[in-house]
Amino acid sequence: MIYLQLLYSFFKIGLFAFGGGYAMISMIQGEIELHGWLSASEFIDIIAISEMTPGPIAVNSATFVGFKVAGLGGSAAATLGVALPSLIIILSISGIYMRFQRKPLSRKIFYGVRPAVTGLVAAACIFVARTALLRSGLTFAQLGQSLLRPGDWLSLGGVAIAALSLVALKRKAHPILIIAGAAAAGILLGVFFPSLLPV
Amino acid sequence: MSRDRVKQLAVLFSTFFKIGLFTFGGGYAMLPLIEREVTERRRYISREQLTDILALSQAVPGAIAINSATLIGYTLYGRPGALAATLGVILPSFLIISLIAAFFSTFSENRFVKLAFAGIRAAVVALIGAAVLRVGRSSIRDAIGLALAVISTALVAFFSVSPIWVILGGAVAGLALYGVRPRKDNDQREESRP
Repeated sequence: MIYLQLLYSFFKIGLFAFGGGYAMISMIQGEIELHGWLSASEFIDIIAISEMTPGPIAVNSATFVGFKVAGLGGSAAATLGVALPSLIIILSISGIYMRFQRKPLSRKIFYGVRPAVTGLVAAACIFVARTALLRSGLTFAQLGQSLLRPGDWLSLGGVAIAALSLVALKRKAHPILIIAGAAAAGILLGVFFPSLLPV
Repeated sequence: MSRDRVKQLAVLFSTFFKIGLFTFGGGYAMLPLIEREVTERRRYISREQLTDILALSQAVPGAIAINSATLIGYTLYGRPGALAATLGVILPSFLIISLIAAFFSTFSENRFVKLAFAGIRAAVVALIGAAVLRVGRSSIRDAIGLALAVISTALVAFFSVSPIWVILGGAVAGLALYGVRPRKDNDQREESRP
């Protein structure tokens, strides 16, 4: 049953998600691919909308994916699934965990887990970049042939928007402002220079 | 449950509902608002208690926003408190996103919406890229950490290894490699920190 599947998938995601919403993106992507629930660009749109709307990104994207897959019941199942591990863990073992956190064993484990979490966030970035910045339907062989003509395989408009957004972020611009600017840039580029921004 | 307790739970629920409703940009963006509401406006807990709770929220799995809401609610009123705070912080997302998702498909085929999202997707690359730098700076301490991060990235991005295995592998690697990590002068101080 689809509701149980969503509940189970997002429970798993909540249970292994260390390091917040961005690390969860890789996990959600994995489940989406496994079950063939959504296309890559659909999922990236969901990430973008989750950024633009209030609330934790993890909860927002779980709710959205659930709704896309199975309507209102699906969004309830996915949201419940992603929140349940937190509730269960904290209600049952937070006292023990508080003490465990100060133990050397925990320090050793997190010495390895924290870099792995960084890797998950980086993988999410690569996943989004592949869809957002590369022209679709390109094989590696074609990529080799056309490496000297980046316009053939790269969305130059997308690269420019990404670079400008990164600069704006470094200057502490608010993410909502950046997304609004990118939307405007997308419309302008698409209308006046459609070859630069493949949709 | 006494009437007073029900009222307390309602106030707790609405406090976290407000936190969920007014924070954009995810769990980390929530922390300042949580701090203001919980330690200053409601005076639920002290600043020191909140610091401990936030540290634990980041150490246990799950979304930081949910973890901290659950912990604060639990500290205040036990299990009913944990439930009230968690529901409060989740409900705005659930309502708003369900509403958007219900209508998104009707205008997602529009040409201008498509173009806008082509631009937005590129910006998402930058948003997540900035998160990589932020998380990396606080998580990677030495060459072993950097190597683990690079290997994890490659496994997930290019070999489709499940992130769960990568987390578990990181834990094993941490246990195995902690003893041989490069030591720096400030390691002593690091050791004494919880």
